[in-house]
Amino acid sequence: MRVWISQHWQALGVTAKQFFFKPVSNFLSVAVIGIAFSFPLGIYTLLDNLQSFSDHFVHSPQISLFLEIDATESDIENINSRLESFDGITSFQFVSNEIALAQLQHESGMGDIALHLKKNPLPHAFIIHTQHMPPDKLEENRLTLQQWPAVSYVQVDSDWTRKVHAFVKLGRVAVIMLSSLLGVALVIVIFNTIRLQILTKQEEIEVSKLIGATDRFIRRPFLYFGALQGVVGALIAWIIIAVGAQKINDNLTELSQLYELSLRLNPLSLFQVLLLGVVAGFLGWLGARLSVAQHLSQIEPK
Amino acid sequence: MITFDKVYKRYPDGYEALTNLIFTIDAGEMVFITGHSGAGKSTLLKLIAAIEKPTSGSITVSDQIVNKLKKSMVPFLRRSLGIIFQDQKILYDRTVFANVMLPLQIHGFEKSVMERRVRAALDKVGLLNKEKAYPITLSGGEKQRLCIARAVVHRPLILIADEPTANLDVAYAQNIMDVFRSFHQVGVTVLIATHDQTILNDSTARILSLNQGHLMV
Repeated sequence: MRVWISQHWQALGVTAKQFFFKPVSNFLSVAVIGIAFSFPLGIYTLLDNLQSFSDHFVHSPQISLFLEIDATESDIENINSRLESFDGITSFQFVSNEIALAQLQHESGMGDIALHLKKNPLPHAFIIHTQHMPPDKLEENRLTLQQWPAVSYVQVDSDWTRKVHAFVKLGRVAVIMLSSLLGVALVIVIFNTIRLQILTKQEEIEVSKLIGATDRFIRRPFLYFGALQGVVGALIAWIIIAVGAQKINDNLTELSQLYELSLRLNPLSLFQVLLLGVVAGFLGWLGARLSVAQHLSQIEPK
Repeated sequence: MITFDKVYKRYPDGYEALTNLIFTIDAGEMVFITGHSGAGKSTLLKLIAAIEKPTSGSITVSDQIVNKLKKSMVPFLRRSLGIIFQDQKILYDRTVFANVMLPLQIHGFEKSVMERRVRAALDKVGLLNKEKAYPITLSGGEKQRLCIARAVVHRPLILIADEPTANLDVAYAQNIMDVFRSFHQVGVTVLIATHDQTILNDSTARILSLNQGHLMV
């Protein structure tokens, strides 16, 4: 067991040494892998965020109810009490036209325009959160609310989430296809890298075979090298995406203030990063394994 | 220790390198194999290490039937041998020390054990002060001694050398032969292929003489 560990440790040492012995060329090939993988990874991150963002609305749909512009206090009272006894509503909130105007001034950067208005042009409104319900039921409720007195217009704010969902679904298929293709590309890239490496180490391999090295022993550093390249490539892809997400978040902060939403691009979770590393490492290993199977047997001592 | 029984080696082009070889080398014996170039000396040694397969006949090394050995078992046969190759097969991209350490890495020793054994082997052939040198800086005799150190570092029971004194002047050749004798004295079976008459004249060891693939009696 100790011998086994020490042999693996030695192979890993050889691999690491080799990796840093030619940092430029190794970095280049790993960077190619990383950049290629950042593409599907980036799309995946966006979709993942889009999904969780829209999920939020699907699970608690939001309806905006706008009153007539000349609605009175008693109209508001009336709507308020009707909403309280309405089935399927989890919460609702009254937004008076003054509050709406103040928000508009404060957050939308249109303060100057609002100041010059003689009369508040905004209607009173209710923001209503309902329980999770199918779209047709939601539409039915919308029509009911629309019939109430002094109600000008009722709008289901979360209608777009269905479109987003369909889009995310489509996007996922695209991501899977793209990553499968790039996965194959990774295997090919590593296959070729290892082939070149075997060629340059032909002498060493021949001598090792002559003095009693098993195929397993000869294979080991190459397999480690392939796996290492895959993992480092994945790491680079992840760094690219993490930095990208950070940059996008900086800009999103402004946007989210404008839209009164908390928009943030969440980076990949630790589990997702680990999974990425494991998959890339395995693909690297696979490329190396295929390459070794193909090329090592051709080197026979004479 | 080593037995050849009716061994033939014929190449695909019809050339017969070895014909009906029958001999036995006992454990601890020192034997020379001699003959002109092309007589089949190298082929004979390659058969022992399973680098080539006999066309017919049977070869036994340390109770293993070499010609029936599974491919996966060949490495383990080779580990029981220490081989000094005619073309040396030194790795020039690493130090003397690293060259000698290779067989131990293949065996899978611990680092401290490896370092101790490599130094012991280098000391034995008088190269201890060159452990950090690169092989390119060594003289012909030193390179040959490096090969010997690499062949003996894992303490094999059988030592095989193919023309170890070729291209060396007489003093160096004597020195190399002394190293072989010292291994023979501690019980190692030593098998040396050579056409160097001075060495053969100096020695009392048994001589197997090959002539066009036939063993001369």
